[in-house]
Amino acid sequence: MTYATEPHVSPTATAAPTDGHVLVEVDHLTVTFGRQMVLRDISIQIRRGETVAILGESGCGKTVFLKTLVALQRPTRGKVLFDGQDLFRLSAAELARERTRMGFVFQNAALFDSMTIGENIAFPLRQHRQLSEDEIQAIVRARVAEVGLPLSVLRKKPGEISGGMRKRVGLARALALEPELMLYDEPTTGLDPIMSDVINELILRTRRQHPVTSIIVTHDMRTATKVCDRIVMLYPLARLKPGESQILYDGPAAEIEKASDRRVIQFVRGEAGERLMEMAREENNHAQSAEESVHG
Amino acid sequence: MSTASLRSPNGLPGVPGGMLNNFAQWVADVGARTMDWIVGLGSISLFFARTLRWLVIRRPRRETIIWNFYQIGVLSLPVVALTGTFVGMVLAVQSYAQFKMLNLETRLGAVINMSLVRELGPVLAATMLAGRVGSAMAAELGTMRVTEQIDALAVMGADPIHYLVVPRFLACLVLIPALTLVADFMGVVGGYYYSVYLLHIDAYYYLQNSANYVGWFDLFSGTAKTLFFGGAIAVIGCHHGFHCDPGAEGVGRAATYAFVHSFVTILLLDLLLGIGFDALYNVLFPQGPRLI
Ligand SMILES: Nc1ncnc2c1ncn2[C@@H]1O[C@H](COP(=O)(O)OP(=O)(O)O)[C@@H](O)[C@H]1O
Ligand SMILES: [Mg+2]
Repeated sequence: MTYATEPHVSPTATAAPTDGHVLVEVDHLTVTFGRQMVLRDISIQIRRGETVAILGESGCGKTVFLKTLVALQRPTRGKVLFDGQDLFRLSAAELARERTRMGFVFQNAALFDSMTIGENIAFPLRQHRQLSEDEIQAIVRARVAEVGLPLSVLRKKPGEISGGMRKRVGLARALALEPELMLYDEPTTGLDPIMSDVINELILRTRRQHPVTSIIVTHDMRTATKVCDRIVMLYPLARLKPGESQILYDGPAAEIEKASDRRVIQFVRGEAGERLMEMAREENNHAQSAEESVHG
Repeated sequence: MSTASLRSPNGLPGVPGGMLNNFAQWVADVGARTMDWIVGLGSISLFFARTLRWLVIRRPRRETIIWNFYQIGVLSLPVVALTGTFVGMVLAVQSYAQFKMLNLETRLGAVINMSLVRELGPVLAATMLAGRVGSAMAAELGTMRVTEQIDALAVMGADPIHYLVVPRFLACLVLIPALTLVADFMGVVGGYYYSVYLLHIDAYYYLQNSANYVGWFDLFSGTAKTLFFGGAIAVIGCHHGFHCDPGAEGVGRAATYAFVHSFVTILLLDLLLGIGFDALYNVLFPQGPRLI
Protein backbone atom coordinates (compact mmCIF):
# COMPACT_ATOMS: atom_id res chain seq x y z
CA MET A 1 0.00 0.00 0.00
CA THR A 2 2.51 2.64 -1.04
CA TYR A 3 1.34 6.03 -2.02
CA ALA A 4 3.70 6.25 -4.94
CA THR A 5 1.91 3.54 -6.88
CA GLU A 6 -1.56 4.59 -5.85
CA PRO A 7 -2.33 8.23 -6.71
CA HIS A 8 -5.64 9.08 -5.20
CA VAL A 9 -8.52 11.35 -6.00
CA SER A 10 -10.12 12.04 -2.71
CA PRO A 11 -13.69 13.31 -2.71
CA THR A 12 -13.61 15.22 0.59
CA ALA A 13 -10.14 16.52 1.36
CA THR A 14 -8.95 19.40 -0.76
CA ALA A 15 -6.93 17.86 -3.54
CA ALA A 16 -3.22 18.39 -3.13
CA PRO A 17 -1.95 20.91 -5.70
CA THR A 18 1.14 18.83 -6.26
CA ASP A 19 3.29 19.07 -9.36
CA GLY A 20 4.80 15.65 -8.73
CA HIS A 21 8.22 17.00 -7.70
CA VAL A 22 9.54 15.01 -4.73
CA LEU A 23 10.51 17.52 -2.04
CA VAL A 24 11.32 15.11 0.77
CA GLU A 25 12.60 11.62 0.20
CA VAL A 26 13.12 9.27 3.10
CA ASP A 27 15.07 6.25 2.02
CA HIS A 28 15.34 3.16 4.26
CA LEU A 29 15.68 5.33 7.35
CA THR A 30 16.71 3.61 10.57
CA VAL A 31 17.40 5.40 13.85
CA THR A 32 18.69 3.76 17.00
CA PHE A 33 19.62 5.19 20.39
CA GLY A 34 22.14 2.91 22.01
CA ARG A 35 20.46 -0.48 21.92
CA GLN A 36 16.94 0.91 21.40
CA MET A 37 15.78 1.03 17.79
CA VAL A 38 13.14 3.69 17.27
CA LEU A 39 12.67 3.83 13.51
CA ARG A 40 13.27 0.86 11.22
CA ASP A 41 13.67 0.93 7.49
CA ILE A 42 11.22 3.71 6.71
CA SER A 43 10.80 4.89 3.13
CA ILE A 44 8.44 7.72 2.24
CA GLN A 45 8.30 10.24 -0.57
CA ILE A 46 6.58 13.56 -0.08
CA ARG A 47 5.70 15.66 -3.09
CA ARG A 48 5.65 19.40 -3.31
CA GLY A 49 2.27 20.78 -2.25
CA GLU A 50 1.16 17.76 -0.25
CA THR A 51 -0.03 17.93 3.35
CA VAL A 52 0.88 14.71 5.09
CA ALA A 53 -0.02 13.56 8.59
CA ILE A 54 2.45 11.30 10.37
CA LEU A 55 0.13 9.50 12.72
CA GLY A 56 1.03 7.27 15.61
CA GLU A 57 0.79 6.74 19.31
CA SER A 58 3.11 8.45 21.79
CA GLY A 59 6.65 7.16 21.83
CA CYS A 60 6.56 5.52 18.40
CA GLY A 61 9.25 7.88 17.09
CA LYS A 62 7.30 10.65 15.36
CA THR A 63 9.39 13.47 16.77
CA VAL A 64 12.58 11.63 15.97
CA PHE A 65 11.33 11.15 12.42
CA LEU A 66 10.55 14.85 12.03
CA LYS A 67 13.97 15.79 13.39
CA THR A 68 15.76 13.64 10.86
CA LEU A 69 14.09 15.67 8.11
CA VAL A 70 15.79 18.89 9.25
CA ALA A 71 19.07 17.19 10.15
CA LEU A 72 18.63 17.64 13.89
CA GLN A 73 18.86 13.87 14.23
CA ARG A 74 21.36 11.84 12.26
CA PRO A 75 20.02 8.64 10.67
CA THR A 76 21.74 5.51 11.92
CA ARG A 77 21.21 3.95 8.50
CA GLY A 78 19.56 5.10 5.29
CA LYS A 79 19.21 8.69 4.21
CA VAL A 80 16.90 11.64 4.02
CA LEU A 81 16.94 13.92 1.00
CA PHE A 82 15.50 17.42 0.95
CA ASP A 83 14.94 18.60 -2.60
CA GLY A 84 17.42 15.96 -3.73
CA GLN A 85 20.20 16.85 -1.28
CA ASP A 86 21.47 15.00 1.75
CA LEU A 87 21.55 17.72 4.42
CA PHE A 88 24.31 15.95 6.33
CA ARG A 89 26.65 16.35 3.37
CA LEU A 90 26.31 20.14 3.28
CA SER A 91 28.65 22.65 4.89
CA ALA A 92 27.37 24.59 7.91
CA ALA A 93 26.57 27.62 5.75
CA GLU A 94 24.78 25.59 3.09
CA LEU A 95 22.80 23.73 5.73
CA ALA A 96 21.73 27.01 7.32
CA ARG A 97 20.59 28.25 3.92
CA GLU A 98 18.59 25.12 3.17
CA ARG A 99 17.00 25.32 6.58
CA THR A 100 15.61 28.76 5.75
CA ARG A 101 13.39 26.89 3.30
CA MET A 102 11.83 24.98 6.20
CA GLY A 103 9.74 26.08 9.15
CA PHE A 104 9.58 23.90 12.26
CA VAL A 105 6.75 24.28 14.78
CA PHE A 106 7.93 22.58 17.96
CA GLN A 107 5.62 20.64 20.23
CA ASN A 108 5.79 23.14 23.07
CA ALA A 109 6.65 26.02 20.75
CA ALA A 110 10.29 26.19 21.97
CA LEU A 111 10.17 29.98 22.16
CA PHE A 112 13.35 31.57 23.50
CA ASP A 113 12.37 32.60 26.99
CA SER A 114 15.03 35.25 27.26
CA MET A 115 13.43 37.19 24.39
CA THR A 116 10.08 38.89 23.92
CA ILE A 117 7.52 37.45 21.52
CA GLY A 118 8.43 40.15 19.00
CA GLU A 119 12.12 39.27 19.17
CA ASN A 120 11.29 35.60 18.84
CA ILE A 121 9.43 36.14 15.58
CA ALA A 122 12.08 38.54 14.31
CA PHE A 123 14.88 36.08 15.13
CA PRO A 124 14.97 34.17 11.81
CA LEU A 125 14.65 37.44 9.89
CA ARG A 126 17.61 39.00 11.67
CA GLN A 127 19.54 35.79 11.22
CA HIS A 128 19.07 35.51 7.46
CA ARG A 129 17.75 38.67 5.84
CA GLN A 130 19.44 42.03 5.54
CA LEU A 131 16.39 44.11 6.40
CA SER A 132 15.92 47.46 8.07
CA GLU A 133 14.35 47.52 11.51
CA ASP A 134 11.12 48.94 10.05
CA GLU A 135 10.85 46.16 7.51
CA ILE A 136 11.42 43.55 10.21
CA GLN A 137 8.76 45.06 12.44
CA ALA A 138 6.31 45.17 9.53
CA ILE A 139 6.81 41.47 8.82
CA VAL A 140 6.55 40.59 12.52
CA ARG A 141 3.25 42.47 12.79
CA ALA A 142 1.91 40.80 9.66
CA ARG A 143 2.80 37.35 10.99
CA VAL A 144 1.23 38.02 14.37
CA ALA A 145 -1.96 39.22 12.68
CA GLU A 146 -1.92 36.14 10.46
CA VAL A 147 -2.07 33.81 13.46
CA GLY A 148 -4.80 35.94 15.01
CA LEU A 149 -2.96 37.43 17.97
CA PRO A 150 -3.20 41.04 19.17
CA LEU A 151 -0.15 43.25 18.68
CA SER A 152 0.07 43.69 22.44
CA VAL A 153 1.66 40.22 22.79
CA LEU A 154 4.78 41.41 21.00
CA ARG A 155 6.27 42.94 24.14
CA LYS A 156 5.45 40.01 26.39
CA LYS A 157 7.80 37.19 27.34
CA PRO A 158 6.84 33.58 26.46
CA GLY A 159 6.21 32.84 30.15
CA GLU A 160 3.44 35.43 30.28
CA ILE A 161 1.12 33.98 27.63
CA SER A 162 -1.02 30.85 27.44
CA GLY A 163 -0.03 27.56 25.82
CA GLY A 164 -2.34 28.10 22.86
CA MET A 165 -0.89 31.55 22.25
CA ARG A 166 2.63 30.19 22.50
CA LYS A 167 1.82 27.62 19.83
CA ARG A 168 0.52 30.34 17.56
CA VAL A 169 3.65 32.42 18.16
CA GLY A 170 5.70 29.33 17.29
CA LEU A 171 3.73 29.09 14.06
CA ALA A 172 4.27 32.78 13.32
CA ARG A 173 8.01 32.39 13.92
CA ALA A 174 8.21 29.34 11.66
CA LEU A 175 6.37 31.28 8.93
CA ALA A 176 8.60 34.34 9.20
CA LEU A 177 10.85 33.39 6.29
CA GLU A 178 7.98 32.05 4.14
CA PRO A 179 9.32 28.51 4.01
CA GLU A 180 8.46 25.93 1.36
CA LEU A 181 8.21 23.09 3.86
CA MET A 182 6.37 23.36 7.15
CA LEU A 183 6.92 20.75 9.84
CA TYR A 184 4.53 20.60 12.77
CA ASP A 185 5.23 18.50 15.88
CA GLU A 186 1.91 17.71 17.55
CA PRO A 187 0.38 21.12 16.88
CA THR A 188 -2.81 20.46 18.84
CA THR A 189 -1.58 18.27 21.70
CA GLY A 190 -2.37 19.71 25.10
CA LEU A 191 -4.85 22.28 23.81
CA ASP A 192 -8.57 22.47 24.48
CA PRO A 193 -10.87 21.43 21.60
CA ILE A 194 -11.62 25.00 20.56
CA MET A 195 -7.97 26.02 20.47
CA SER A 196 -7.16 22.78 18.63
CA ASP A 197 -9.63 23.74 15.96
CA VAL A 198 -8.17 27.23 15.76
CA ILE A 199 -4.76 25.68 15.12
CA ASN A 200 -6.23 23.34 12.49
CA GLU A 201 -7.79 26.32 10.75
CA LEU A 202 -4.50 28.22 10.89
CA ILE A 203 -2.67 25.32 9.28
CA LEU A 204 -5.31 25.19 6.55
CA ARG A 205 -5.12 28.93 6.04
CA THR A 206 -1.33 28.84 5.87
CA ARG A 207 -1.71 26.24 3.17
CA ARG A 208 -4.11 28.39 1.19
CA GLN A 209 -2.06 31.57 1.49
CA HIS A 210 1.41 30.19 0.88
CA PRO A 211 2.43 27.46 -1.53
CA VAL A 212 3.72 25.11 1.17
CA THR A 213 4.29 21.45 1.67
CA SER A 214 3.37 20.40 5.18
CA ILE A 215 4.23 17.43 7.37
CA ILE A 216 2.15 17.24 10.49
CA VAL A 217 3.11 14.84 13.26
CA THR A 218 0.09 14.16 15.41
CA HIS A 219 -2.00 11.64 17.24
CA ASP A 220 -5.10 13.79 16.83
CA MET A 221 -7.42 12.15 14.27
CA ARG A 222 -9.31 15.38 13.73
CA THR A 223 -6.18 17.20 12.63
CA ALA A 224 -5.18 14.31 10.41
CA THR A 225 -8.52 14.06 8.60
CA LYS A 226 -9.42 17.74 8.53
CA VAL A 227 -6.12 19.23 7.47
CA CYS A 228 -4.21 16.55 5.60
CA ASP A 229 -4.62 14.86 2.21
CA ARG A 230 -2.50 11.89 3.11
CA ILE A 231 -1.82 9.91 6.24
CA VAL A 232 1.23 7.83 7.08
CA MET A 233 0.71 5.79 10.19
CA LEU A 234 3.71 4.58 12.20
CA TYR A 235 3.59 1.86 14.83
CA PRO A 236 5.89 1.39 17.84
CA LEU A 237 8.66 -1.03 16.93
CA ALA A 238 8.36 -2.89 20.21
CA ARG A 239 4.88 -4.08 19.22
CA LEU A 240 5.81 -5.21 15.72
CA LYS A 241 6.88 -8.64 14.57
CA PRO A 242 10.48 -8.76 13.29
CA GLY A 243 9.81 -8.59 9.56
CA GLU A 244 6.83 -6.22 9.61
CA SER A 245 6.93 -2.75 8.12
CA GLN A 246 6.72 0.07 10.65
CA ILE A 247 4.37 1.94 8.32
CA LEU A 248 0.91 0.46 8.86
CA TYR A 249 -0.92 2.79 6.51
CA ASP A 250 0.14 5.16 3.77
CA GLY A 251 -2.67 6.56 1.73
CA PRO A 252 -5.42 9.13 1.34
CA ALA A 253 -6.65 10.66 4.56
CA ALA A 254 -10.26 10.14 3.56
CA GLU A 255 -9.84 6.41 3.19
CA ILE A 256 -8.10 5.53 6.43
CA GLU A 257 -11.39 4.25 7.86
CA LYS A 258 -11.35 1.60 5.15
CA ALA A 259 -7.88 0.34 6.01
CA SER A 260 -7.56 -3.42 6.19
CA ASP A 261 -5.19 -3.49 9.18
CA ARG A 262 -7.09 -3.86 12.45
CA ARG A 263 -4.46 -1.84 14.36
CA VAL A 264 -5.08 1.16 12.11
CA ILE A 265 -8.81 1.00 12.69
CA GLN A 266 -8.29 0.69 16.43
CA PHE A 267 -6.16 3.83 16.40
CA VAL A 268 -8.66 5.76 14.29
CA ARG A 269 -11.52 4.83 16.60
CA GLY A 270 -9.44 5.19 19.75
CA GLU A 271 -9.97 1.65 21.01
CA ALA A 272 -7.58 0.02 23.45
CA GLY A 273 -8.20 -3.43 21.90
CA GLU A 274 -5.74 -6.09 23.02
CA ARG A 275 -3.93 -3.55 25.19
CA LEU A 276 -6.59 -4.20 27.83
CA MET A 277 -5.84 -7.89 27.74
CA GLU A 278 -2.12 -7.16 27.98
CA MET A 279 -2.76 -5.01 31.02
CA ALA A 280 -4.78 -7.74 32.66
CA ARG A 281 -2.00 -10.21 31.93
CA GLU A 282 0.61 -7.90 33.43
CA GLU A 283 -1.50 -7.44 36.53
CA ASN A 284 -1.81 -11.19 36.85
CA ASN A 285 1.92 -11.66 36.56
CA HIS A 286 2.58 -9.09 39.24
CA ALA A 287 0.05 -10.66 41.57
CA GLN A 288 1.59 -14.08 41.00
CA SER A 289 5.16 -13.00 41.59
CA ALA A 290 4.10 -11.12 44.71
CA GLU A 291 2.42 -14.28 45.98
CA GLU A 292 5.50 -16.35 45.22
CA SER A 293 7.80 -14.08 47.16
CA VAL A 294 5.54 -14.37 50.18
CA HIS A 295 4.95 -18.10 50.15
CA GLY A 296 7.85 -19.36 48.05
CA MET B 1 13.00 -19.64 54.85
CA SER B 2 12.03 -17.54 51.89
CA THR B 3 13.93 -17.62 48.64
CA ALA B 4 14.17 -13.86 48.69
CA SER B 5 16.93 -13.92 51.28
CA LEU B 6 18.92 -16.36 49.17
CA ARG B 7 18.87 -14.18 46.08
CA SER B 8 22.19 -12.72 45.11
CA PRO B 9 22.13 -8.92 45.06
CA ASN B 10 22.54 -8.77 41.32
CA GLY B 11 19.61 -10.69 40.23
CA LEU B 12 19.74 -14.41 39.54
CA PRO B 13 16.75 -15.59 41.54
CA GLY B 14 17.23 -18.59 43.77
CA VAL B 15 20.97 -18.82 43.15
CA PRO B 16 23.02 -18.14 46.27
CA GLY B 17 25.22 -15.09 45.62
CA GLY B 18 28.42 -16.63 44.34
CA MET B 19 31.64 -14.72 44.70
CA LEU B 20 32.53 -15.37 41.11
CA ASN B 21 29.23 -13.95 40.04
CA ASN B 22 29.78 -10.84 42.14
CA PHE B 23 33.27 -10.42 40.81
CA ALA B 24 32.13 -10.72 37.20
CA GLN B 25 29.48 -8.11 37.87
CA TRP B 26 32.06 -5.84 39.45
CA VAL B 27 34.41 -6.15 36.48
CA ALA B 28 31.54 -5.40 34.13
CA ASP B 29 30.58 -2.34 36.18
CA VAL B 30 34.11 -1.00 36.24
CA GLY B 31 34.42 -1.62 32.52
CA ALA B 32 31.17 0.20 31.80
CA ARG B 33 32.20 3.12 34.01
CA THR B 34 35.56 3.39 32.29
CA MET B 35 33.92 3.33 28.88
CA ASP B 36 31.49 6.07 29.95
CA TRP B 37 34.44 8.11 31.15
CA ILE B 38 36.33 7.79 27.91
CA VAL B 39 33.26 8.55 25.84
CA GLY B 40 32.50 11.59 28.02
CA LEU B 41 36.04 12.86 27.73
CA GLY B 42 35.97 12.46 23.96
CA SER B 43 32.62 14.22 23.72
CA ILE B 44 33.82 17.18 25.78
CA SER B 45 37.04 17.48 23.78
CA LEU B 46 35.04 17.59 20.58
CA PHE B 47 32.75 20.20 22.10
CA PHE B 48 35.77 22.29 23.09
CA ALA B 49 37.24 21.99 19.60
CA ARG B 50 33.96 23.14 18.02
CA THR B 51 33.84 26.09 20.42
CA LEU B 52 37.37 27.12 19.46
CA ARG B 53 36.50 26.76 15.78
CA TRP B 54 33.47 29.04 16.03
CA LEU B 55 35.49 31.44 18.13
CA VAL B 56 37.90 32.05 15.27
CA ILE B 57 35.63 31.79 12.23
CA ARG B 58 32.91 34.22 13.24
CA ARG B 59 32.62 37.07 15.67
CA PRO B 60 30.01 36.46 18.40
CA ARG B 61 26.87 38.59 18.29
CA ARG B 62 27.10 41.74 20.33
CA GLU B 63 23.90 41.25 22.34
CA THR B 64 24.96 37.79 23.47
CA ILE B 65 28.36 39.10 24.55
CA ILE B 66 27.06 42.01 26.60
CA TRP B 67 24.47 39.93 28.41
CA ASN B 68 26.92 37.19 29.34
CA PHE B 69 29.65 39.57 30.43
CA TYR B 70 27.16 41.24 32.71
CA GLN B 71 25.89 37.95 34.13
CA ILE B 72 29.30 36.43 34.66
CA GLY B 73 31.42 39.46 35.52
CA VAL B 74 29.34 42.06 37.24
CA LEU B 75 27.07 39.73 39.17
CA SER B 76 29.98 37.58 40.41
CA LEU B 77 31.92 40.56 41.73
CA PRO B 78 30.39 40.80 45.23
CA VAL B 79 30.75 37.14 46.12
CA VAL B 80 34.32 36.98 44.81
CA ALA B 81 35.33 40.13 46.67
CA LEU B 82 33.73 38.86 49.86
CA THR B 83 35.48 35.51 49.63
CA GLY B 84 38.85 37.21 49.04
CA THR B 85 38.48 39.51 52.02
CA PHE B 86 37.59 36.76 54.42
CA VAL B 87 40.28 34.42 53.24
CA GLY B 88 42.88 37.16 53.78
CA MET B 89 41.66 37.70 57.32
CA VAL B 90 41.39 34.00 58.12
CA LEU B 91 44.97 33.44 56.97
CA ALA B 92 46.10 36.11 59.43
CA VAL B 93 44.14 34.51 62.25
CA GLN B 94 45.41 31.01 61.57
CA SER B 95 49.10 31.77 61.04
CA TYR B 96 49.56 34.40 63.73
CA ALA B 97 50.13 32.08 66.71
CA GLN B 98 52.88 30.07 64.98
CA PHE B 99 54.76 33.10 63.75
CA LYS B 100 54.40 34.87 67.07
CA MET B 101 56.12 31.95 68.80
CA LEU B 102 59.11 32.41 66.51
CA ASN B 103 58.92 36.18 66.86
CA LEU B 104 58.45 36.42 63.11
CA GLU B 105 55.04 38.02 63.03
CA THR B 106 56.08 40.67 60.51
CA ARG B 107 56.69 37.82 58.08
CA LEU B 108 52.95 37.21 58.18
CA GLY B 109 52.54 39.66 55.30
CA ALA B 110 54.79 37.57 53.10
CA VAL B 111 52.99 34.34 53.88
CA ILE B 112 49.46 35.70 53.57
CA ASN B 113 50.07 37.56 50.35
CA MET B 114 52.07 34.78 48.77
CA SER B 115 49.38 32.19 49.49
CA LEU B 116 46.71 34.53 48.23
CA VAL B 117 48.33 35.55 45.01
CA ARG B 118 49.65 32.16 44.01
CA GLU B 119 46.99 29.77 45.20
CA LEU B 120 44.01 30.85 47.21
CA GLY B 121 42.93 33.85 45.15
CA PRO B 122 42.89 31.97 41.84
CA VAL B 123 41.45 28.71 43.15
CA LEU B 124 38.79 30.32 45.30
CA ALA B 125 37.72 32.76 42.60
CA ALA B 126 37.47 29.83 40.18
CA THR B 127 35.53 27.77 42.68
CA MET B 128 33.07 30.58 43.30
CA LEU B 129 32.70 31.01 39.55
CA ALA B 130 32.14 27.28 39.07
CA GLY B 131 29.44 27.33 41.72
CA ARG B 132 27.76 30.53 40.65
CA VAL B 133 28.27 30.55 36.91
CA GLY B 134 29.15 27.01 35.82
CA SER B 135 26.09 25.37 37.32
CA ALA B 136 23.87 28.27 36.21
CA MET B 137 25.08 27.79 32.63
CA ALA B 138 24.36 24.07 32.81
CA ALA B 139 20.89 24.67 34.21
CA GLU B 140 20.07 27.38 31.68
CA LEU B 141 21.33 25.54 28.63
CA GLY B 142 19.88 22.30 30.00
CA THR B 143 16.46 23.92 30.19
CA MET B 144 16.93 25.15 26.64
CA ARG B 145 17.85 21.63 25.54
CA VAL B 146 14.86 20.05 27.29
CA THR B 147 12.40 22.60 25.92
CA GLU B 148 13.89 22.21 22.40
CA GLN B 149 15.13 25.80 22.27
CA ILE B 150 18.58 24.58 21.22
CA ASP B 151 16.98 22.64 18.36
CA ALA B 152 14.98 25.74 17.47
CA LEU B 153 18.19 27.78 17.22
CA ALA B 154 19.70 25.19 14.92
CA VAL B 155 16.71 24.96 12.56
CA MET B 156 16.61 28.72 12.30
CA GLY B 157 20.18 28.65 11.09
CA ALA B 158 21.92 29.92 14.23
CA ASP B 159 24.61 27.50 15.31
CA PRO B 160 23.93 26.79 19.01
CA ILE B 161 27.64 26.59 19.83
CA HIS B 162 28.31 29.92 18.19
CA TYR B 163 25.25 31.53 19.68
CA LEU B 164 25.27 30.09 23.20
CA VAL B 165 28.67 28.65 24.05
CA VAL B 166 31.16 31.05 22.48
CA PRO B 167 29.97 34.14 24.39
CA ARG B 168 29.95 32.24 27.69
CA PHE B 169 33.40 30.83 26.99
CA LEU B 170 34.76 34.27 26.14
CA ALA B 171 33.18 35.88 29.16
CA CYS B 172 34.67 33.28 31.51
CA LEU B 173 38.05 33.49 29.86
CA VAL B 174 38.29 37.28 29.95
CA LEU B 175 36.62 37.90 33.27
CA ILE B 176 38.14 35.26 35.50
CA PRO B 177 41.59 36.90 35.62
CA ALA B 178 39.90 40.16 36.48
CA LEU B 179 37.82 38.53 39.20
CA THR B 180 40.92 36.80 40.52
CA LEU B 181 42.74 40.12 40.77
CA VAL B 182 39.80 41.47 42.71
CA ALA B 183 39.90 38.48 45.06
CA ASP B 184 43.68 38.89 45.48
CA PHE B 185 43.35 42.58 46.19
CA MET B 186 40.56 42.18 48.68
CA GLY B 187 42.47 39.36 50.37
CA VAL B 188 45.60 41.48 50.66
CA VAL B 189 43.54 44.31 52.11
CA GLY B 190 41.71 41.97 54.50
CA GLY B 191 44.93 40.35 55.68
CA TYR B 192 46.61 43.73 56.13
CA TYR B 193 43.68 45.13 58.02
CA TYR B 194 43.48 42.18 60.40
CA SER B 195 47.24 41.98 60.97
CA VAL B 196 47.90 45.66 61.43
CA TYR B 197 44.79 46.86 63.21
CA LEU B 198 43.69 43.84 65.18
CA LEU B 199 46.94 41.93 65.76
CA HIS B 200 49.01 45.15 65.97
CA ILE B 201 51.79 44.00 63.70
CA ASP B 202 54.12 46.74 62.51
CA ALA B 203 52.73 47.99 59.20
CA TYR B 204 56.07 49.03 57.72
CA TYR B 205 57.76 45.65 58.15
CA TYR B 206 54.60 43.83 57.21
CA LEU B 207 54.59 45.55 53.83
CA GLN B 208 58.34 45.44 53.45
CA ASN B 209 58.42 41.66 53.91
CA SER B 210 55.54 41.19 51.51
CA ALA B 211 57.24 43.30 48.86
CA ASN B 212 60.50 41.41 49.24
CA TYR B 213 58.94 38.03 49.06
CA VAL B 214 56.06 38.25 46.58
CA GLY B 215 57.25 38.92 43.05
CA TRP B 216 55.60 39.76 39.76
CA PHE B 217 56.06 36.20 38.63
CA ASP B 218 53.84 35.00 41.48
CA LEU B 219 51.10 37.35 40.46
CA PHE B 220 51.52 36.40 36.83
CA SER B 221 51.51 32.65 37.39
CA GLY B 222 48.55 32.87 39.75
CA THR B 223 46.50 34.90 37.29
CA ALA B 224 47.54 33.02 34.18
CA LYS B 225 46.34 29.77 35.71
CA THR B 226 42.83 31.14 35.94
CA LEU B 227 42.54 31.39 32.16
CA PHE B 228 42.55 27.60 32.13
CA PHE B 229 40.13 27.42 35.03
CA GLY B 230 37.74 29.84 33.32
CA GLY B 231 37.85 27.96 30.04
CA ALA B 232 37.23 24.67 31.84
CA ILE B 233 34.27 26.07 33.79
CA ALA B 234 32.58 27.36 30.64
CA VAL B 235 33.19 24.26 28.53
CA ILE B 236 32.15 21.83 31.25
CA GLY B 237 29.07 23.85 32.24
CA CYS B 238 27.89 24.29 28.65
CA HIS B 239 28.62 20.68 27.76
CA HIS B 240 26.51 19.41 30.65
CA GLY B 241 23.71 21.76 29.60
CA PHE B 242 23.84 20.64 25.96
CA HIS B 243 23.73 16.97 26.91
CA CYS B 244 21.09 17.30 29.57
CA ASP B 245 18.67 14.42 30.17
CA PRO B 246 14.97 15.18 29.79
CA GLY B 247 12.92 16.64 32.61
CA ALA B 248 13.54 18.76 35.68
CA GLU B 249 15.60 15.97 37.16
CA GLY B 250 17.95 16.04 34.17
CA VAL B 251 18.44 19.79 34.51
CA GLY B 252 19.19 19.46 38.22
CA ARG B 253 21.69 16.72 37.57
CA ALA B 254 23.38 18.75 34.83
CA ALA B 255 23.81 21.69 37.22
CA THR B 256 25.22 19.52 40.01
CA TYR B 257 27.64 17.65 37.80
CA ALA B 258 28.75 20.86 36.12
CA PHE B 259 29.95 22.09 39.49
CA VAL B 260 31.47 18.81 40.65
CA HIS B 261 33.33 18.20 37.41
CA SER B 262 34.51 21.81 37.14
CA PHE B 263 35.78 21.69 40.70
CA VAL B 264 37.73 18.48 40.19
CA THR B 265 39.11 19.84 36.92
CA ILE B 266 40.19 23.06 38.63
CA LEU B 267 42.10 21.13 41.30
CA LEU B 268 43.72 18.89 38.73
CA LEU B 269 44.68 21.79 36.46
CA ASP B 270 45.98 23.69 39.49
CA LEU B 271 48.38 20.88 40.30
CA LEU B 272 49.55 20.44 36.71
CA LEU B 273 49.91 24.16 36.11
CA GLY B 274 51.68 24.57 39.44
CA ILE B 275 54.27 22.05 38.32
CA GLY B 276 54.48 23.70 34.90
CA PHE B 277 54.95 27.23 36.23
CA ASP B 278 57.51 26.01 38.73
CA ALA B 279 59.56 24.56 35.90
CA LEU B 280 59.15 27.80 33.95
CA TYR B 281 60.33 29.78 36.96
CA ASN B 282 63.46 27.67 37.28
CA VAL B 283 64.24 28.29 33.63
CA LEU B 284 63.65 32.04 33.86
CA PHE B 285 65.37 32.58 37.20
CA PRO B 286 68.02 29.88 37.53
CA GLN B 287 69.52 31.55 40.61
CA GLY B 288 66.74 29.86 42.55
CA PRO B 289 64.15 30.99 45.04
CA ARG B 290 64.75 34.11 47.02
CA LEU B 291 64.53 34.56 50.77
CA ILE B 292 64.13 32.05 53.58
N1 LIG C 1 17.91 11.86 22.10
C1 LIG C 1 17.39 10.68 22.47
N2 LIG C 1 18.15 9.79 23.14
C2 LIG C 1 17.66 8.59 23.50
N3 LIG C 1 16.40 8.18 23.24
C3 LIG C 1 15.59 9.01 22.58
C4 LIG C 1 16.04 10.30 22.15
N4 LIG C 1 15.02 10.91 21.50
C5 LIG C 1 13.99 10.05 21.53
N5 LIG C 1 14.33 8.91 22.17
C6 LIG C 1 13.46 7.75 22.36
O1 LIG C 1 12.83 7.45 21.14
C7 LIG C 1 11.50 7.06 21.34
C8 LIG C 1 10.56 7.84 20.47
O2 LIG C 1 10.55 9.18 20.87
P1 LIG C 1 9.70 10.30 20.15
O3 LIG C 1 10.09 10.41 18.73
O4 LIG C 1 9.84 11.54 20.97
O5 LIG C 1 8.21 9.75 20.26
P2 LIG C 1 6.86 10.46 19.82
O6 LIG C 1 6.28 9.59 18.77
O7 LIG C 1 6.00 10.49 21.04
O8 LIG C 1 7.20 11.83 19.34
C9 LIG C 1 11.21 7.22 22.82
O9 LIG C 1 11.22 5.94 23.40
C10 LIG C 1 12.36 8.03 23.33
O10 LIG C 1 12.70 7.61 24.63
MG1 LIG D 1 6.81 13.70 20.11
